[in-house]
Amino acid sequence: MSIASPRPQDNDFTLKIGNVNGTGSASANSMLMKSLFRMGIPVCGKNYFPSNIQGLPTWYEIRVNSEGHLARSGRVDVMVAMNAETYRKDHAEVATGGYLIYDSTWPRSQLFNRADVHILGVPLSRICNENFDNARSRILMKNIMYVGVLAALLDLDMNIIKQLLNEQFAAKASLLDANQKAIDLGFAYAKEHFSCPLPFRARTLDKTRNHIMIDGNTTAALGCLFAGATVGAWYPITPSTSLMDAFKKFCDKYRRDPETGKANYCIIQAEDELGAIGMVLGASWNGARSFTPTSGPGISLMNEFLGYGYFTEIPAVLFDVQRCGPSTGMPTRTQQADLMACAYASHGDTRHVLLFPANPEEAFYQAVQAFDLAERLQTPVIVLTDLDIGMNDWMCRDLNWDDSFKPDRGKVLTVEQIEALPKFNRYLDTDGDGIAARTLPGTHPKGAYFTRGSGHNMYGAYTEDAAEYQVVVDRLRRKFDTAKELVPPAEIHASEKCRTGFLTIGSCDNAVKEARALLAEQGVHVNYLRVKGFPFGKDVQDYLDSHDRIYVVEQNRDAQLRSLLMLETRVDPNKLQSVLHYDGLPILAKTVVDGVNQDLARGKAA
Amino acid sequence: MSFITKPKVAHPQLPRNELKLTVRDYEGAMSTLCAGCGHDSITGAIMQAAFDLSIPPHRMAKLSGIGCSSKTPAYFASASHGFNTVHGRMPSVATGANAANPELHYIGVSGDGDTLSIGLGQFLHAVRRNLNMLYLIENNGVYGLTKGQFSASADVGSKAKKGDTNQQPPIDPALTLLATGATFIARSFSGDREQLVTLIKAGMKHRGFAVIDVISPCVTFNDHEGSTKSYEFTRKHSMTAIYTDFVPPAKEIRTAYEIGQAMPVQMHDGSQIVLRKADGAYNPTDRVAAFEYIQKHQQAGEIVTGLLYIDETKPDMHELANTPAVPLASLPFATVCPGSKALASIQSRFR
Repeated sequence: MSIASPRPQDNDFTLKIGNVNGTGSASANSMLMKSLFRMGIPVCGKNYFPSNIQGLPTWYEIRVNSEGHLARSGRVDVMVAMNAETYRKDHAEVATGGYLIYDSTWPRSQLFNRADVHILGVPLSRICNENFDNARSRILMKNIMYVGVLAALLDLDMNIIKQLLNEQFAAKASLLDANQKAIDLGFAYAKEHFSCPLPFRARTLDKTRNHIMIDGNTTAALGCLFAGATVGAWYPITPSTSLMDAFKKFCDKYRRDPETGKANYCIIQAEDELGAIGMVLGASWNGARSFTPTSGPGISLMNEFLGYGYFTEIPAVLFDVQRCGPSTGMPTRTQQADLMACAYASHGDTRHVLLFPANPEEAFYQAVQAFDLAERLQTPVIVLTDLDIGMNDWMCRDLNWDDSFKPDRGKVLTVEQIEALPKFNRYLDTDGDGIAARTLPGTHPKGAYFTRGSGHNMYGAYTEDAAEYQVVVDRLRRKFDTAKELVPPAEIHASEKCRTGFLTIGSCDNAVKEARALLAEQGVHVNYLRVKGFPFGKDVQDYLDSHDRIYVVEQNRDAQLRSLLMLETRVDPNKLQSVLHYDGLPILAKTVVDGVNQDLARGKAA
Repeated sequence: MSFITKPKVAHPQLPRNELKLTVRDYEGAMSTLCAGCGHDSITGAIMQAAFDLSIPPHRMAKLSGIGCSSKTPAYFASASHGFNTVHGRMPSVATGANAANPELHYIGVSGDGDTLSIGLGQFLHAVRRNLNMLYLIENNGVYGLTKGQFSASADVGSKAKKGDTNQQPPIDPALTLLATGATFIARSFSGDREQLVTLIKAGMKHRGFAVIDVISPCVTFNDHEGSTKSYEFTRKHSMTAIYTDFVPPAKEIRTAYEIGQAMPVQMHDGSQIVLRKADGAYNPTDRVAAFEYIQKHQQAGEIVTGLLYIDETKPDMHELANTPAVPLASLPFATVCPGSKALASIQSRFR
């Protein structure tokens, strides 16, 4: 049987590993990804894991692309099938001309019968059983062994792999030897039995200098650390948990008083999300920068307090690491389906300032900015990332910090300022920007006021008076206009003569940019705008005005971004064509290209 | 409800505390509760206690949830910041506020609906954290603002004004607190001002979560015959298990207590409370015995009042979190931002 070999694909392929969760495959997968990264090749890793501790199928996908297109590719060139339970599915997923590697200790030639796929059997279990003694290490070493096999097949730099092993097991020499042995065994087997390297192979480049491989929960936590957040309250929920885990780890290292050992931070694991947001509001009311990471179900629970924070004008920073809804949904899958729930969270006329980072790098900067915005605008600010950004490793530019940075603490009156006032009125807008000055508890008797979610007038007193109430809510509306000027401007790539544009959000960024390149190859030019904040600024309105056809690309079923545009701008809805992706896996460039092409075809037919 | 606002002029003979303030400096806005409401007596007791302790009004923070009880923080200490949160969620706001600034005196005022129904979860978790605050439950067994539904503290057999009889067993705050590890548990009656003021002072000085369950009759919806939370019923059935005296720091203990009955408890700021047993069988430092005692008397139809349990030795939230004595909110930015060099070094692990 001969299979047509694909054209050589140097530095342009997708490797996928199917495994069983809880078997320690994560370190093997991360080693593969990092070795490619250190070879200077643009790479990304996406983890498709179950909501489970041990025993269910899990996949890890590594895309290598010398051009830097690092959205999910949607194809599999090399599959490592380590989970017999998913052999059938994994086999079916390999692209024509691709390769499937499996543990041939138990041969499955009947099952793996596709004529257009190369099947490479490696008796991983047999080799492990022959070389390692105890049962647990046989399982773990089987995983690390495929790193050796792939190193030979993909021509990875063995010196880099050795270096990564040394770093990982610096403190455990016995483990280092066993892992090195497993890699060498896998490498030798592949060299002896297969023609190495495959047409899909890595070649050293210099395209990852000044970059890091990092996930967005870690960078958001760094943003909180650098923004000076001191109180973090949370309730564990996938996929946001690792944000607080990272914050705690950083605080342990960078927030301990060197002399007293005291913790210059307070992390509180709340009893639920209702408690978590209550704590954030309490801490912010008292002047601390405070935040809570959560996901969709947490946002649902926080609605009551979000309305409270909006109406009483207390800063708060939330991270909604979006996962697949509705309800419990698919906790370990990604989506952008909380846009509406966040924009107008809570009953009554409420609206919230939102930030939409596209990747871990932006998650860092926007986390910092979220605290400035929350304190400047005295209102909750929600940073909407998603599971793809939060938990997957992305290649990002190095994060930079300007040591001259001064946080914007907003209009908080000092003792002297309070004393100089004839009388302090909490909700009196003296600057015309919709933002009234606040005081912190304990500062001065004259600065005292009563924070209440019930009707209040511009002086801060309780009211049920029609006119007094309306003055306050109208000012809140004006404050939202101020917010338009303060949220980050959209990212725009546009040529003036082009009247067709994309309008997208968050983690769609890579897929849409890749789609632009693919469409350009077929002669279709489409401009690009990615919203970075809500309320939408003038730049978004101008872009909508200057295009005749706008493809709104987002990862939810109900076109929530499109709905927001229709509600919050003057756009003619007929100009807005949705391109939607919502199956829980990250969006593909192909989905975007197909969406545009279908629309163009409809246009021609009409 | 009183319709006359008292002029803000202190009588020259009014006693002044260490801050040269009179009790009138601890007043708030005019109460809008019903005339004769137990809650107004509690408000008065809070003002008296804060005056007696010479707490600067602006160094107090008043927090509450929703309901008649939760309106009351507006009626005392106008010079304190107040936080009227959403229903049943005051403990979480108090937790965050306290995390940011441990220096203020936190006084939470809640009701039986706010604490024992919608807010039971948050309430018990504040107990678990041993949050340093005074938490008052103005307990009247009824929802007043929504006109007379039973609350979770209504006794079995208690009659509503409209005639219904409560069938469900009550959640007793004292027993619940004993079971969940609370470090300061007291019960009082809005009609016993002397006891209440002392307990409030002791509770404010307690380092940790101090709860006073105050039976506070609702004159409009739960003060009729057949109610077990009426003035008459409470007067008739309450029994003091223990008398409490509060002794400020640096003051000598002058009252002579009968030997074997006086039990001084040292508070963290140097003040003392002295407990005198009304009943020799009672021991307010023995959790198991206290539980048994309260429950036994409850079954006999008696409401046990006084400082029912105290443990001054348990760490509070800040001690457990090892936070500094100064407010986290006051730390300079340079202290909390690690700076560019640290960021560079952190990133070396991500290559």
